[in-house]
Amino acid sequence: MEKTQVIVGLGSCGIAAGANKVYNKIKALKKVDNLDFELKQTSCIGMCYREPLVEIIDESGSYLYGEIDEKKVVDLIDQHIVNQNPIKDYVVKTDLFKTKDDVFFEGQVKIALRDCGYINPEIIEEYEERKGYEVIKKIASEKITPESIIKTVYDSGIRGRGGGGFPTGLKWQFARNNPSDEKFIICNADEGDPGAFMDRSLLEGDPHAILEGMIIGAYAIGGTDGVIYCRAEYPLAIKRLNIALGQAREKGYLGENIMGIKGFNFDIFVKEGAGAFVCGEETALIASVEGERGMPRKRPPFPAESGLWNKPTNINNVETFANIPWIIYNGAEAYAKYGTEKSKGTKVFALTGKIKHGGLVEVPMGITIHDVIFKLGGGIQNDKQFKAVQLGGPSGGCIPAYMADTMVDYDSVNATGAIMGSGGMVVMDETICMVDMSRFFLDFTQKESCGKCTFCRIGTKRMLEILTRITEGEGKEGDIEKLELLSYQIKDSSLCGLGQTAPNPVLTTIKYYRNEYEAHIRDKKCPAKSCKKLLTYEVIEENCTGCTVCAKNCPVDAIDGERKELHFIRQDACIKCGVCYDKCKFDAIKLS
Amino acid sequence: MRIRRIPGEMEKVDLPDVDLSLIDPIIKKYKNKRGNLIPLLQGAQDLYGFLPPQAFEKISNDTGLNLSDMYGVATFYAQFRLNPVGKHVVKVCHGTACHVQNAGTITDSLKEALKVDDGATTEDGLFTLESVACLGCCSLAPVMMIDNETYGNLSGKDAVKIVKEIKISESN
Repeated sequence: MEKTQVIVGLGSCGIAAGANKVYNKIKALKKVDNLDFELKQTSCIGMCYREPLVEIIDESGSYLYGEIDEKKVVDLIDQHIVNQNPIKDYVVKTDLFKTKDDVFFEGQVKIALRDCGYINPEIIEEYEERKGYEVIKKIASEKITPESIIKTVYDSGIRGRGGGGFPTGLKWQFARNNPSDEKFIICNADEGDPGAFMDRSLLEGDPHAILEGMIIGAYAIGGTDGVIYCRAEYPLAIKRLNIALGQAREKGYLGENIMGIKGFNFDIFVKEGAGAFVCGEETALIASVEGERGMPRKRPPFPAESGLWNKPTNINNVETFANIPWIIYNGAEAYAKYGTEKSKGTKVFALTGKIKHGGLVEVPMGITIHDVIFKLGGGIQNDKQFKAVQLGGPSGGCIPAYMADTMVDYDSVNATGAIMGSGGMVVMDETICMVDMSRFFLDFTQKESCGKCTFCRIGTKRMLEILTRITEGEGKEGDIEKLELLSYQIKDSSLCGLGQTAPNPVLTTIKYYRNEYEAHIRDKKCPAKSCKKLLTYEVIEENCTGCTVCAKNCPVDAIDGERKELHFIRQDACIKCGVCYDKCKFDAIKLS
Repeated sequence: MRIRRIPGEMEKVDLPDVDLSLIDPIIKKYKNKRGNLIPLLQGAQDLYGFLPPQAFEKISNDTGLNLSDMYGVATFYAQFRLNPVGKHVVKVCHGTACHVQNAGTITDSLKEALKVDDGATTEDGLFTLESVACLGCCSLAPVMMIDNETYGNLSGKDAVKIVKEIKISESN
């Protein structure tokens, strides 16, 4: 009989939810009670809303337990390990019986995320056991040519998963066409889109898949050096990448004459980004690797001709690389079987915002937004009204609820005015003000604009000023038209993707929620009751019982009142945070 | 764009007291390597918590990099700081998901409790309050990170409590 295994999910979000404490507690229990099981770690399986997760695999099967804290884990080890009696109520996923969380996995097809949550990312053998590095061995033993690799990638139909959507096979062909003594392959892991975290999860959960994808890419285009440009905000990802690189070198997957393929010399190093959203743009990223300010350059020449250090360079996103080994191993047809006519395969989405099942899902292209949010995502938190979904981050746009039947593929999403982007899906309910959302995104792009192009540098600033004014009740007639005019000017006059897409959130919200803009400007009202300057919080006398809950929870002590007596909010001190409104059990706080 | 205009007349500032010899191994490691500017600055900041003016000069003298290039890079990227930070850096996430889940309340409550502005350091030098773009823990929003510890599913009250606990443990 194999030993029982206890596996704790130690990804960044698991750790934030307290997984380290749970891991240490299990370790302590194991030692004190001298229990016989194997304690292991893995990374994120995508089920962020149930973190911390603990999986127990015994001879009867696998049980994934959710929301395990330091207290519950004592119970869990006692019942499941000692008494061999699984606690069914805590189980979120198992093959043995149905759970209410099964909907989260139904409809998912895991290609890029195939190993996340199943292997220990710090042990190369666990990756190898799941067909890892098989492709490189196959290239060596069957003498597969670079051309046929590129053809497979091209035939699979995979398009750049970082947001651009450019066919990867074509990109590789361009890079291959330019002979050079030095040729670079760069993995763009500068995931700057606030609200997307699939790259982090992949880097932390399956670093070897990304390395293997890059090695295959290097073989195909004739690359000599690899760079992974990773955000410094992801310390755990950087740590695991470096561990993986060391292991891959030791096993001969990196280095000289890789796997005995004569003349195939390739190595990879990790470059820490220094925090600039614009570095997601290819040419800005190259400037940053060269140690300069991350400002984009004119194209052409494209990086495939003259990129890093003026050598031919190929840049792909983390998720794209993670798909490559699977595609080569299983063939182009297996991949192209999923998806729509022009968008093949699967896409990973980060479900966040006002959604019940927040986390990472990988679905075939062509599924509708409605299905992602209401089937996998479980619907809206607190059963509020679904209002809109923001796709593509600061470069994307809002898709309103009535268009939820839109399919997720590059072309259908583009038709709405949003973009697929890296796959951040921020779900919004009725309490979110669309004007405030576009102000939020403009605030972001305005700060992140590198300043090279005048329209992006100054235009975004002016747009932000107008939007801020509107949300503060100072909007004027003509503001909407001014915003639209600026938007088109910025789009037309910016060199890189940041500027060309920065106005998208404003344009889509004006397109679908013009009435909200008008309510702010004409009536000085925020229909979603979100813009603080347009609101006041007051106590409703008849409903107040004097329970003191609001006063106790007020972070700035702006509520006065004795126990069992009427309370009162001092408007001059109130920061309008809304805590009193949320905490009051008697509906005694009103917003106006 | 993160530009800080240089005033017409340079103010006389007291240079912070730092041990410059600490940078030597980093300079040795990266000298004469192409693309070394950012790793050099990152290394220096790891040592001091910020980039002291003397470090710029030393790196420039030892490696031949231009001071203006270094200053240009240091002011371009969000990661680099030109002023000392508090013992604990409180990073409140203002990514999209956190914004939707009221991250503003967290910053407002902390500003009130610590009596500092966003981006400033408390008088006792214990805390620096910062807003950051995204910590990548979107499903636990709103999130903040203190040093390397991440706290999720916060309310304003929770955030203040966590900071106060650190303060108490520091005074003991």
